[in-house]
Amino acid sequence: MTRALINVPPKAKRGQTIEIKTLISHIMETGYRHDNMGKPIPRDIITQLTCSYNGEEIFRADLYPAIAANPFVTFYTVATESGTIAFEWTGDNGFHETASAKITVE
Amino acid sequence: MRKNKKVEIMMDHDSREATRRDMLLAGLAGLGAALIKVEPAAATPESMRRAIRQVVGEASVRKGKVTIDVPPLVENGNTVALAIEVESPMTQQDHVKAIHVFNEKNPQPNIISARLGPRAGRGRITTRFRLADTQTIVAIAELSDGSFWSASADVIVTLAACLEDLS
Repeated sequence: MTRALINVPPKAKRGQTIEIKTLISHIMETGYRHDNMGKPIPRDIITQLTCSYNGEEIFRADLYPAIAANPFVTFYTVATESGTIAFEWTGDNGFHETASAKITVE
Repeated sequence: MRKNKKVEIMMDHDSREATRRDMLLAGLAGLGAALIKVEPAAATPESMRRAIRQVVGEASVRKGKVTIDVPPLVENGNTVALAIEVESPMTQQDHVKAIHVFNEKNPQPNIISARLGPRAGRGRITTRFRLADTQTIVAIAELSDGSFWSASADVIVTLAACLEDLS
């Protein structure tokens, strides 16, 4: 079961720059390791994180095997209007996860 | 081994030393070849340069504007905190378009590529990444005017990622 944690301030002043923190549980298997029998373990990583603010994309990150397990990414955005900030993770083996947070802008 | 011993006994002192040294050198060379064979996918500074070229194209990359915040000494290479900050007013006319991070010695040269825009408000990202060895990491920022800026940081790793045994 995948779990995503996102941290978006529930309230912000218009024009204020807010920090957004995202964390998702995922093994991020690099594809460069071997199991006890010496067999290579196939790659299984999250390749992309996108974030949109009321439907408009504000951030996108391509992740590589060098990203540690349970990818943690933070970035910033300007609080423009009240609404929803939506997150989407996609990855190997059809991995797909979404999360969203409401924000009230005064 | 038994055969070598026989040869040594038959030879006088000087040539025996030479034989031993030769054997040692041959052994070391063999070991080196074996090590190279085990890690064919390691990113070298050359492959890092290629990966950077792929991002920046023919544009020149200047030093400055970018700050890498990473611990200089890392005990565990499996999770290393990383923050990249780019100096920019983040306006419609002048903002950070993308931040790319590269490494020298992991199996792959890329770490993360992030796209931001004027709505970001601040040209800063943080994440956690893996380091397979003591090495230099390079961050490159692409600004809205098409210029590229970079910074590099050296990190010493005591316990490398990618090498741990599975149990």
